[in-house]
Amino acid sequence: MYGNAYIDPNENPVSSGKGPSILEGEDPVLLAEFEARIQRGEKIEPKDWMPREYRKQLIRMIEQHAHSEIIGALPEGTWITRAPGFKRKLALMAKVQDEVGHAQLLYSAAETLGKSREDMINDLITGKSKYSNVFNYPAYTWADACIIAWLIDAGAIINQVANAKGSYGPYCRALDRICTEESFHLKYGHDNVVTLATGTPVQRKMVQEALNRWWPPIMHFFGPSDKISSHTEILMRWKVKMASNDDMRQQFLNMYVPKIWDLGLTVPDTNLRKNEETTDPDWDEFKRVINGGGPCNAERLAVRRDAEERGRWVRNALKAGSAKYVVPLA
Amino acid sequence: MIQSLDPRVTRAQIELNNPIDPLTELDQWETYEVFHQKKRGDQHIHVGIVHAANPEMALLFAKEQYARRGVSVNIWVVKTAQVYSSDYADSDIFETVPEKVYREAGGYKVMEKINKYKKAQAVK
Repeated sequence: MYGNAYIDPNENPVSSGKGPSILEGEDPVLLAEFEARIQRGEKIEPKDWMPREYRKQLIRMIEQHAHSEIIGALPEGTWITRAPGFKRKLALMAKVQDEVGHAQLLYSAAETLGKSREDMINDLITGKSKYSNVFNYPAYTWADACIIAWLIDAGAIINQVANAKGSYGPYCRALDRICTEESFHLKYGHDNVVTLATGTPVQRKMVQEALNRWWPPIMHFFGPSDKISSHTEILMRWKVKMASNDDMRQQFLNMYVPKIWDLGLTVPDTNLRKNEETTDPDWDEFKRVINGGGPCNAERLAVRRDAEERGRWVRNALKAGSAKYVVPLA
Repeated sequence: MIQSLDPRVTRAQIELNNPIDPLTELDQWETYEVFHQKKRGDQHIHVGIVHAANPEMALLFAKEQYARRGVSVNIWVVKTAQVYSSDYADSDIFETVPEKVYREAGGYKVMEKINKYKKAQAVK
């Protein structure tokens, strides 16, 4: 589950008109062939020629996506031991295993672009790479875990279904597999939210409070508005990005606000009306949290580092002396 | 020590600023290409890769990663390092294939000849 590959909010868009073009130094003939191939709907494969910026943005995006799957397993994993009932424990374990499996698929896809898995993990645990900002918030109650499974995964599906039609073959293939599994997460999450929302007054209160807590992060989930950037325009032409962040956010609202209202729950944004003025998400909060100031950033990375460190001796013991790293084929 | 909402994290007694040495090359082992067969009689199809320390482990991971859903009856794993592949840049080596119609059933139009022959016979 994953929101969107937001361009790092700290990064100045290259397209501001100043500074060198992101296409500077690219061979115009190869670039034209590359763009024509994408135009024809053909996929780009790992050993094909590609512009530097295409490679760079794809690595950043797929890597962020993989990290999000790994870190996203932490707030949800919190609730495995305390999930109400045996069946829900089994289902949640399966979901968390899926998410970790998604990270494996995505790291593999990113590796085909030339960044090793070790480098990606190093960048995660030192805080250099980002992951989806929502996972820097804690899951206080069982209802939080249910809201995550329903609405965060719903958002992720909107993003991933779009990106599965992108231009980079290995990423599209990984996303096809991922989307199939995510559809179970969405159903499972909806089922849990419906159970709470149609339950006792205490359960209803619990799920409403969880929804109130998660609404701002869900609105942040798709990333800041990016319509204006011509950088976005190039990434969309190259089918690295398939829809603008605002369009995906709107699609999410169209699909899920009616379902939320249907359960007699409310969304905390009281100004929310279709086609009328709404309150803009609090992007200062988003920037603060993505840069390390959220309630769980430090804990998430410490837990991740601890897992790497404790597993290291096992990995070393199994290392074969004759092993040689080769970039995966597809 | 982290006091977490997650009792498992609290129990693990993790320091918030725990230092770590960077992972070095091959910490995650080599890659294996994975092929699975959906049912007996089908071809094995490439589905992706796994990282593993040895072929047995690669099979185990491949089963978890690619045969967790749906049906599979068999899996192969092959070290990526041992796969030789053609280059997309050399795809012109396949270009003459469609021209060689003499190797295809559709390249032989006997009915035209037979009809022509029959027509000629009828005139006689």
